[in-house]
Amino acid sequence: MASIKMRATLGDDGVTTIKILISHPMDTGLEKDKKTGNTIPAHFIQEVVCEHNGTNVLTAEWGPAISKNPYLSFRFKGGKTGDTLKLSWVDNLGNSDSGEVTIQ
Amino acid sequence: MTDMKRRIFLRGTLTTGAIGMAVSAGLITPRMVLAAWPKTAFDATSVDGAVNSLFGSTTLTGSNKIKIKAPDIAENGAVVPISIETDIEGVESISIIAEKNATPLTSSFVLGKGTEAFIATRIKMAKTSSVIAVVKAGGKLYSTGKEVKVTIGGCGG
Repeated sequence: MASIKMRATLGDDGVTTIKILISHPMDTGLEKDKKTGNTIPAHFIQEVVCEHNGTNVLTAEWGPAISKNPYLSFRFKGGKTGDTLKLSWVDNLGNSDSGEVTIQ
Repeated sequence: MTDMKRRIFLRGTLTTGAIGMAVSAGLITPRMVLAAWPKTAFDATSVDGAVNSLFGSTTLTGSNKIKIKAPDIAENGAVVPISIETDIEGVESISIIAEKNATPLTSSFVLGKGTEAFIATRIKMAKTSSVIAVVKAGGKLYSTGKEVKVTIGGCGG
């Protein structure tokens, strides 16, 4: 959970708005280290999955052109206050993280 | 994939539930876990190549029902806020393409049943170009574009 900041808010219209910030370098593999001149290897999140009560609400496939420390927001219907949302990500080096938040 | 990387991968996935368990039980290899990630689409160097690889078709129907919210001028190409919204019915996925990036496909979002056709994120843009939203709904592809002027590129170099 350390890498994920997530907030889910239920609106009066029954729509849950989710806002997510993930700390990740999202290196493209094209940039050079300014001190050493060496190319910084590609290191980016490839897949982000968000589940509500075990059902997929969003699967995001990302390339390296998502900005560093990615931000993502989306909305879905069917959530209730107190429901748990689970978010998990996997990057191209096989690192992963996941976190949970309750709908407010 | 080298053995070392596999180790790291295994460690990383152990906490992710069913998939992690399946991997550690040797039921599926790490390569298969990410099989869903459309590598050829992300590696494609043209818009057509990316769209074709992602959807198996390059027939895009222009639509004024798709709204792209993006700055007219992005001072920093490394962080360009984009949001895409559409009132087309039955949207299955939304993809965001930066036309003049070396590899134009930035991201693709597959929506669940109750998920609204709205996505907001931040992308990198190498230079001034169109941002294209491709929406898949009812097996058809709809698209619209918006020009974003980039004063400083965001893809290195």
